[in-house]
Amino acid sequence: MERAEGNVKSAPAVLECRNVGRSFDSYDGGGKNEVLRGMDFEVHENEFLVLFGAGQCGKTTLLNILAGLDMPTEGQVLTRGKKVTGPAPERGVVYQKTSLFPWMTVEENVGFGPKVRHMPENERKARIKKYLELVGLTGFEKSYPSQLSGGMRQRVGIARAYANQPDIMLLDEPFGHLDAQTRYMMEEELQRIWQKEKRTVVFVTNNIEEALFLADRIILLTNCPTHIKEEYIIDMPHPRDYVDPEFLRLRQLITDNMDLTL
Amino acid sequence: MQENKMPKVQVRGLTKQFGDLLVLNNISFDVHAGEFLCIVGPTGCGKTTFLNSLTKLYQPTAGEILLDGEPVDLKKHNIAYIFQEYSTMPWLTVEENVGFGLDIKGVEKEKTKALVDEYLDIVGLTKYRRYYPEQLSASMLQRVVIARAFATQPDLLLMDEPYGQLDIQLRYHLEDELISLWQRTGTTVLFITHNIEEAVYMGERILVLTNKPTGIKKAIDNNLPRPRDIASPDFVKLRNEVTDLIKWW
Repeated sequence: MERAEGNVKSAPAVLECRNVGRSFDSYDGGGKNEVLRGMDFEVHENEFLVLFGAGQCGKTTLLNILAGLDMPTEGQVLTRGKKVTGPAPERGVVYQKTSLFPWMTVEENVGFGPKVRHMPENERKARIKKYLELVGLTGFEKSYPSQLSGGMRQRVGIARAYANQPDIMLLDEPFGHLDAQTRYMMEEELQRIWQKEKRTVVFVTNNIEEALFLADRIILLTNCPTHIKEEYIIDMPHPRDYVDPEFLRLRQLITDNMDLTL
Repeated sequence: MQENKMPKVQVRGLTKQFGDLLVLNNISFDVHAGEFLCIVGPTGCGKTTFLNSLTKLYQPTAGEILLDGEPVDLKKHNIAYIFQEYSTMPWLTVEENVGFGLDIKGVEKEKTKALVDEYLDIVGLTKYRRYYPEQLSASMLQRVVIARAFATQPDLLLMDEPYGQLDIQLRYHLEDELISLWQRTGTTVLFITHNIEEAVYMGERILVLTNKPTGIKKAIDNNLPRPRDIASPDFVKLRNEVTDLIKWW
């Protein structure tokens, strides 16, 4: 397994995370709780990057900083060379807990971003139609989130992020609450969607099968204070097979390199 | 397989209907004493109804469940459950949590203490006996729940997707711990999961369920040697066989 120096790095960086650290004041007063330390990496045009690490390792903290929802205490994040100072529509976020508006229909949820940015109705409708079709939810325009299954709600979340046509998509364990089988389905779906509408993606997960199924590159994180432990370029062709010997070999290799917290 | 002994659990014609909706359709199977049986089925196949009927939280519409040849009576038989959520009681210490089931069964104090000591030791939590759940990590909480279940020396231990949300390394670790505890105690375990790989990793036998109305599609013996290797050809073959029976996605 070679370090990341291959083809992916030759594409221009869309997002740069430069020496990012994040500490919080600790509960017992005085001390600092250091969550992230010296996180330094970039994400390239149309790359599918997976940030992989065990539970409570600071993955969500990092993603929030990339999204501009939280500020680092050290270092900085740049998108296309410009410093991130807050959330912006060019960075779309999909969360683990679906954050759909329960009082809005599926199409209102998907059209929400374009609407608050005053997109003309015709254009907005076309966009909603396009992305609902992309995620396979045509026919459910008038449904409410409570009428949908967990997997369908995450599809709405993905369509809503796409509808803003973001430059970068940030996904924080979007399938973490789904059962193992629905998860396989959604991984295949996301792969299909991404092949059809390529975007620069940063995807956070603690599930190794999911990471290997989706990623162009995996960054393995340590436990807190979190930093980069290893980087793996994954160049198996898509669609990948969960029980292919090479898939299983990489899975073992990366799992063995993970920090175990008991 | 222990064909010649009386089965520990006999499920006969288990049927559950909600109004016109038939959810469980005439399910029959045996669980042998000391067996580790995994049950796996497609998403939404009615496994919760299945479990709730099996434990008599729901009254079945038809059929019966026998434990050691007698109808299940929760006053008499010990059935322990472990769910996906860590169901520790936050106001009780670790040792009080582990002894809880024994207390309510009216087991005498001395014996309770001995069993609590024994199982705290087995799961490696002796040092943390006076801690409260909020002071523990996820894996420690899971161990408290396991110790509590085993301490009651259950006739039957039911586990409903206990490791669904854990990281893979932690899951492996706890799965191996559970297997060694099972081997040590000879407890009869019924383990329900959506995760096909986990079912193949754990079970001595795998019961594959159909979609609703739920029935049994196939029972598969799993004689792979332990510790099992998820990358071995035999393992992958069995995993593929079960996947093909279930796959809907």
